Amino acid sequence: MEKQEYTITVYTENQIGLLNRIAIIFSRRKINVESLNTSPTEVDSVHRFTIVINETEDVVKKLCRQIEKQVEVLKAYYNTDNEIVWQELALYKVSTDAITEKVKVERLLREYGARVVAIRKDFTVFETTGQREETDGLVKVLEPYGLVEFVRSARVAIIKGSSRFHERLKEFEKKEPGEDVIENEFLDKNEEVFTM
Amino acid sequence: MDTLEIKKEKNKNQAPANISGSQSVLEAFIAEGVKTVFGYPGGAIMPIYDALYDYHDKLNHILVRHEQGAIHAAQGFARASGDVGVVFATSGPGATNLVTGLADAMIDSTPVVCITGQVFAHLLGTDAFQETDVINITTPVTKWNYQVTDATEIPAVLAKAFYIAKSGRPGPVLIDITKNAQLQKFDYEGYIKCDHIRSYRPAPIVRNEYIVEAAKLINEAERPFVIFGQGVILGKAEKEFKAFIEKAGIPSAWTIMGMSAIPTDHPLAVGMLGMHGNYGPNLLTNECDVLIAVGMRFDDRVTGRLDKYAKQAKVIHLDIDPAEIDKNVKTTVPVWGDCKETLPLLTKLVEHKVYPQWLQKFADCTAKEQEKVIKQELNPSSEILTMGEVIELVNELTKGDAIIVTDVGQHQMAACRYAKYNQSKSNITSGGLGTMGFALPAAIGAKYGDPDRTVVAVIGDGGFQMTLQELGTVMQFNVDIKLLILNNQFLGMVRQWQELFHEKRYSFTDITSPDFIQLAKAYGIEGRSIIKREELNSALKEMLDHKGSYLLEVMVGKENNVFPMVPQGKGVAEVVLCKEDI
Repeated sequence: MEKQEYTITVYTENQIGLLNRIAIIFSRRKINVESLNTSPTEVDSVHRFTIVINETEDVVKKLCRQIEKQVEVLKAYYNTDNEIVWQELALYKVSTDAITEKVKVERLLREYGARVVAIRKDFTVFETTGQREETDGLVKVLEPYGLVEFVRSARVAIIKGSSRFHERLKEFEKKEPGEDVIENEFLDKNEEVFTM
Repeated sequence: MDTLEIKKEKNKNQAPANISGSQSVLEAFIAEGVKTVFGYPGGAIMPIYDALYDYHDKLNHILVRHEQGAIHAAQGFARASGDVGVVFATSGPGATNLVTGLADAMIDSTPVVCITGQVFAHLLGTDAFQETDVINITTPVTKWNYQVTDATEIPAVLAKAFYIAKSGRPGPVLIDITKNAQLQKFDYEGYIKCDHIRSYRPAPIVRNEYIVEAAKLINEAERPFVIFGQGVILGKAEKEFKAFIEKAGIPSAWTIMGMSAIPTDHPLAVGMLGMHGNYGPNLLTNECDVLIAVGMRFDDRVTGRLDKYAKQAKVIHLDIDPAEIDKNVKTTVPVWGDCKETLPLLTKLVEHKVYPQWLQKFADCTAKEQEKVIKQELNPSSEILTMGEVIELVNELTKGDAIIVTDVGQHQMAACRYAKYNQSKSNITSGGLGTMGFALPAAIGAKYGDPDRTVVAVIGDGGFQMTLQELGTVMQFNVDIKLLILNNQFLGMVRQWQELFHEKRYSFTDITSPDFIQLAKAYGIEGRSIIKREELNSALKEMLDHKGSYLLEVMVGKENNVFPMVPQGKGVAEVVLCKEDI
């Protein structure tokens, strides 16, 4: 099995220490976390982790089961890049002189759809949002003109084939889950990731 | 349950009581039916110990000599009784001393609740005296852990702790309580047991279609083979399991943790799996056509090389933990759920069958093992005693009714290979973690867990020296346990590997021991050391008949090896019966 990029989405309770519990599932197996984001969800009191790793599907599947085993984890899903819509945000600090003096820099920034977030006498900060190639591309072209600082955020991702987690959550809140709740089905059927 | 109802009744008539966090911890224990606590006091847990002073008639606190002893005792208690073992320890070193036991309980799925004291909340992160980040240290080795900084959280957190520890696949839980929360007074509104957590499913939902599929595979099988683990014992499903194998007529082998779930002399019992298990179960794993795994997790000590493990077989895996399915061995039919629930469903659908030819194959293997290994072990031609013959005599004298607690190493393998059991929860050993020093404290716990049974701790000379401070606990509380030390004057298992795989380069496995009998005497424990076969029977009798604890040291062959063996990196079918075959 080939290694490829997987985005793991984990729905959890909002609990101190859970980040560590999830992180050590990766570090114990010497797996590097490429990107990690925590965020609230559309459901009050439910949080989500978005984690990007490079691994084989077999490993990712097992990791998700280990994550899901944690008491405060409601559900963990994994998706390939084409099953999700994803974005990252990047900030670039450039000397203001470089932009005012060199017309090319201004043009490049416009080409990459960069927006200005701060202008000072000595420096200017730009922002772009997009996928890895886009944010990385701007770094490369800005470098010759004195890129002072660069930072990129973690990935945020929406699963294309998902239904509202809200509905699924109701099942969790039921003491005795209904007949139609199918446990672990997602392990084999990637398209219906939200079936439980 | 009763306590809870009384409490609810009380609450109707009375205003909420004003109690301390410490008292609420003890109230929670009582509501959960806890009677025995193993622990060791210290600065940060003093308020709880102060409260304990007033509860001495309701809670039996056993003062151990080291916190590792406390948690192993709690493990022994849990394994013998089927209830949750409970531990108190202080912050810092008290808490870090629990880590080995937590890791042991985690890998062997033992329900334990540990309460650790912690420095005042305002001192957290200041490197205060005896402050250590217990929550983060113990995260990988606990099923759940939580730090309490406010007393009002205690009742609900403890209710969750007990529920999580014992439900689903059991495991250790640690609750760290800051000193201010222990001291804090609050309006206590009674204890409500936890029976549900939103994000936590103790057992997956049973999928009937897979049960049907599993039954079909079993009914069509010509050489089905059942392998079972501790899941049968933890699920209290011994009866259901027996009914299943008896109806389906399938030969069954146990993992070290599943041992004693069915009587060892059951006609369908074919022995132990694993690196030092029996010959037949290992060899024939690669000849069966359907492999039915019940409540076991395909540990590497059971499977040997995975790419040579049961490749010809269709695999049915019954497990309560979905993460175990397909973890090591690819399953043909997964049966998710508590085996107490799934086994009867399966039993209903399987046909009455017998497999005389298939069973004969196991019998042939047993005969071969008998000839090449067991005969020499039980009736050695040499004057030097073997571990096997000691265990065999223990079987005879206890009639298979004793709880046998073992440490880790050659004696453990000998005990598990040769011990005979009539009832469940009789074999207590450190299976997954292989913790030397486990046996003595675990035996203390086992005695409290099931006081009516004889507890024999079989320990090696190496492991005994790791936790022998607990003789102090045995002395102080008059714990009636029988300590059987099989002394080969070596760290025997490592020495065996050095002999077999490292050209006999005995690097630091030659271990000297103190005079164990004098040592026992210092603790007021009767003892005797023997080296001759003629003394063995009378010495064992003396040990078993002695009122109170007793230590018997048996000097055994220095360089005896445990066989059969599946050498590391080899497949189960490459199991060897003697040194020459490696």
